[in-house]
Amino acid sequence: MDITAAAPPEPAQAARRFYRHRLPVRLMHWINVLCLSLLLMSGLTIFNAHPALYWGKDSSFTNPWLSITAAQMPGGVVGVTRVAGHEFVTHGVLGTSKIGPAGEWTTRAFPAWATVPSGQWLSMGRHWHFFFAWLFVINGVAYLLYALFSGHLRRNLLPTRAELKNIGRSIKDHLLFRHPTGEAAKRYNVLQNLAYLVVIFGLLPLVIVAGLAMSPRLDAVWPGWIDLLGGRQSARTLHFLAASGLLLFVVVHLFEVLISGVWNQLRSMLTGWYTVPADKEAK
Amino acid sequence: MSPKKKPISSGHRAGTSRRAALRGALVSVGTLSLAGCDKLSNNASFVDVLMSAQHLSHAAQRTVAGRKAMAQEFSQADVAAHFKANGTLVPRDAEYQALQKGGFADWKLQVGGLVETPAAFTLAELRAMPARTQITRHDCVEGWSSIGKWKGVPLAHLLERVKPLPNAKYVLFRCADSMEGPSLDGRDSKYYESIDLDDAYHVQTVLAYELNDQPLPVNNGAPLRARIERQLGYKHAKYLMQIELVESFDKIRGGNGGYWEDNGYEWYAGI
Repeated sequence: MDITAAAPPEPAQAARRFYRHRLPVRLMHWINVLCLSLLLMSGLTIFNAHPALYWGKDSSFTNPWLSITAAQMPGGVVGVTRVAGHEFVTHGVLGTSKIGPAGEWTTRAFPAWATVPSGQWLSMGRHWHFFFAWLFVINGVAYLLYALFSGHLRRNLLPTRAELKNIGRSIKDHLLFRHPTGEAAKRYNVLQNLAYLVVIFGLLPLVIVAGLAMSPRLDAVWPGWIDLLGGRQSARTLHFLAASGLLLFVVVHLFEVLISGVWNQLRSMLTGWYTVPADKEAK
Repeated sequence: MSPKKKPISSGHRAGTSRRAALRGALVSVGTLSLAGCDKLSNNASFVDVLMSAQHLSHAAQRTVAGRKAMAQEFSQADVAAHFKANGTLVPRDAEYQALQKGGFADWKLQVGGLVETPAAFTLAELRAMPARTQITRHDCVEGWSSIGKWKGVPLAHLLERVKPLPNAKYVLFRCADSMEGPSLDGRDSKYYESIDLDDAYHVQTVLAYELNDQPLPVNNGAPLRARIERQLGYKHAKYLMQIELVESFDKIRGGNGGYWEDNGYEWYAGI
């Protein structure tokens, strides 16, 4: 895996090699990749069984705040997405899409390429979802314990006061696609810190609690607790929104990896070793 | 692999081809993994592994929400204007239609299997028994919910009448509605369901004959349906004909304890 080991690196480069990610973090990261991908995609299979979202205790079928349907239009059947009273034609992706190599048109909310399994198969989607939900939660709890007791949380995840003061500069750097070099590249930057903290202590707890709130048996843990989330259909909505937030995080995360030296980043998450960009970038 | 060791003709071109290679790799990895997931979904032993999670869920949920824990009940103001009906809306079976024509006067609920004193009850007899009224939320496996007011006889009351034998482990509900064609090939596709004794004796498990203060409509399972309030909608068998106490459902129909269970859904539907 470690390619730089094959040929003796230039001395300057060797000095810049830095062991950035410890084994537990790397391992848990890739378990997360597997679980989150499968959870998002099997979640869409489950969503497709009733492609509408509501606020409240039950479903006001006439009045979802979000719905993805196929509508009969003069030109044929067209995919339509309605969000808070606004209507969008989402033909080809949402509501209607082509399936398989034959390119047959189907009416379904999310397209086959976005769901696990690819067919409209609710029971199988649930099996994938609940299995990997357990794995994801166990992995998440292990990560939290590790972060707390190894010092990872304090050392790497919590931003310092000075970093928080300089958040304006960090935002500017991100917008200009300027990446930290030298010593600064050895630490998560402050925006990165905040993004990870929002995910770890905001989106993930929310997606889990809202998911559990949809279980009719867990409803009975303490009758009425689901009303704290606004009711079961609100919980379903919050589960969807939190998952969307996680997807957004993944997209930004992948984008940052791609533009900040993809092989270097990939290697560091596989082997732990990261080559710190020199202070003065050659670019 | 490392950009440093690539014969670089021009930085720009190298970047483009690297990007193209990366995109190509991502697309093929994506396509392969999707095809892989579909293949695994059709692999019986892999699906067994996936489904093993339901035992974990059941055990965990039983621990945090005990055998007697109550599902949330709601107020009259929460009752939906129209309670959604799903699954069979009007059974096509001739036997059922004849009973319906007679206003269910000839209908009887058979209660038997592993019991001391098998019995049959008319609708009038069931209505004369102690009743429970509850406003609960019906959660469908598809994702929607509907709140309705149910009145019926607690299943526990019927069980006390027929006295289950010590080896009875499950209560099986047999229904009037065929799910697949009007049994063209003679194959039985009538709806059925099963629950364990924890749910059978649960206070909120009632056999309902009223919805929202009206006799149970045909769409919702007339003359009698089960309410299993801590599980998903498909457990709440409609058009009840027969209740049978059994030790195991391994040899009954598909062997999974219910019509939807035989079609791949979890027997434990508390999640």
